[in-house]
Amino acid sequence: MIAGRETTGLTIDTIRAAIAERRTTAAATAAEFYARIKKEDPSIGAFLSLSEERAQTQAERIDKLAAEGKPLPPLAGVPVAIKDVMVTCDVRTTAGSKILENFVPPYDCTAVARLEAAGAVVLGKLNCDEFAMGSSTENSAYHAVHNPRDKSRVPGGSSGGSAAAVAAEMAVATLGSDTGGSIRQPASFCGVVGLKPTYGRVSRYGLIAFASSLDHIGPFAKTVKEVALLLRTIAGRDPMDSTSAEVPVPDYVAELEKPVTGLKVGVAKEYFGEGLDPEVRAAVEAAIHKLAELGCKVVPVSLPHTEYAIPTYYIVATAEASSNLARFDGVRYGFRAPKARTLSDMYRLTRDGGFGMEVKRRIMLGTYALSAGYYDAYYLKAQKVRTLLTRDFDEAFKKVDVIAAPTAPTPAFKLGEKVNDPLAMYLADIYTVTANLAGIPGISVPCGENHEKLPIGLQLFGRHFDEATLLRVAHAYEQARMST
Amino acid sequence: MKVTEKDVAYVADLANLELTEEERARMLRDLNSILEYVDRLSELNTDKVEPMAQVSDRYGVDESRQGSERFAYAIREDVHNGLRDSLPHEVAVKNAPDTDGTFFEVPKVIER
Repeated sequence: MIAGRETTGLTIDTIRAAIAERRTTAAATAAEFYARIKKEDPSIGAFLSLSEERAQTQAERIDKLAAEGKPLPPLAGVPVAIKDVMVTCDVRTTAGSKILENFVPPYDCTAVARLEAAGAVVLGKLNCDEFAMGSSTENSAYHAVHNPRDKSRVPGGSSGGSAAAVAAEMAVATLGSDTGGSIRQPASFCGVVGLKPTYGRVSRYGLIAFASSLDHIGPFAKTVKEVALLLRTIAGRDPMDSTSAEVPVPDYVAELEKPVTGLKVGVAKEYFGEGLDPEVRAAVEAAIHKLAELGCKVVPVSLPHTEYAIPTYYIVATAEASSNLARFDGVRYGFRAPKARTLSDMYRLTRDGGFGMEVKRRIMLGTYALSAGYYDAYYLKAQKVRTLLTRDFDEAFKKVDVIAAPTAPTPAFKLGEKVNDPLAMYLADIYTVTANLAGIPGISVPCGENHEKLPIGLQLFGRHFDEATLLRVAHAYEQARMST
Repeated sequence: MKVTEKDVAYVADLANLELTEEERARMLRDLNSILEYVDRLSELNTDKVEPMAQVSDRYGVDESRQGSERFAYAIREDVHNGLRDSLPHEVAVKNAPDTDGTFFEVPKVIER
């Protein structure tokens, strides 16, 4: 270990280079990050478990390669952490729920396995809203997460631990999941970069299902370049997930350096309407102006069904959730309520005791929307409006290459502010759910701060499987912003 | 109020939830408030719009084929241990709250 070395300001490239050049080791780097977690995390709450044994084994593997002078894989020795909705073999995985408090999975999520195959060192599992249901991480059954930028505020959600861990430099990169904005909104709140790829770009194998047609796995890091490298690592067809697409994975990092001159950036007035905080609006408009200065052409587009996205989302997502969460019944894994006399009592008491209020609320809403007599009025209707929302993007992407918008209507709100008003909490996702419904990729990149120094995020949407262009524009913007 | 106390009890039953009195009262209030917001979907005429269940039929498919054949890339041979070995028995029951080592054990299914 290099005496007194700080774990701040490190990137994937600097860590890998330091290990390759034998200035440090993967084991020492992991130890430094664990020391930082033990110092910082008590006041943040990003981690639910640490996987020190697994990290040690992986670090030794990397250090052996380095000692033998062998070529190091792209993420060699890079300390990462994983949202606790992705299963990790022999490392407890809770989904932020009491119902899985003692669940130790017997296999690995594909995205996690691919990170490790590329040399990453998994430090531990990250806090989140229970079953990824929430926008503030206050629905975790364990504890809330405090935003590292202002500890009286939420980090966003549901991947609040993933965003906070990167913001507080307790991991260089993390994985999160995004069903309605759960990567992009916390990235915006914590001032880091978060990407939700195209549906089918990254395998969902080993992701504990919330809403299968909307769930995505994606990376967090401090820079767009690192996010591009992480995506290149985890993307691509996986036979274990039949919805993972057979579409070639480009070299996203190499693509970043292509010029953005002449690219068309769409701006939709529907994302700048009522409810948008004036300072967020000003920061996002300034970012769009910056893109124009870089040679992009700013083009107005219309996404007319945007106002229907939240109601559509909360029917589709809860309907799918009510079905997916039926598996938690106290039989094969997880919590079982004691003292139930019959099987049916056992199911009820287990689910009553194991699930938190928001999960129960969503199961109830979804079950109601799917029940006889209401199926057509709610579920079928929402599926049809989903088609309209998707067509909006199809039309817009005939005219533009990316679309720019705010990630969230406000900066991070106070802990406790929305916790008793589910509808107000749902509206925190108003600008992000559309990308999940249409399956298009979306990224949040920091674009400034408000008067209280709270981060603001610029969101960019791209065409299906065109993460390369999305990342290229995000990178160009980030570089331009850093240099001013 | 669209959702009634009776509806809450019926839906809880379908969802295998019991819910306390307090939770039921809260559900009644929250479901009505959310569904009132959802009702704005009825402003849209969707008579001629196809429902969309998933996005994966929009790409990577073989358009020259019909139905599930379009997803030919996802098809694999239906063989024993096709993609990976099955979990060993003891691993499969390892997380069970109650097991005799061979089976999952549950309370009585039928009351006599």
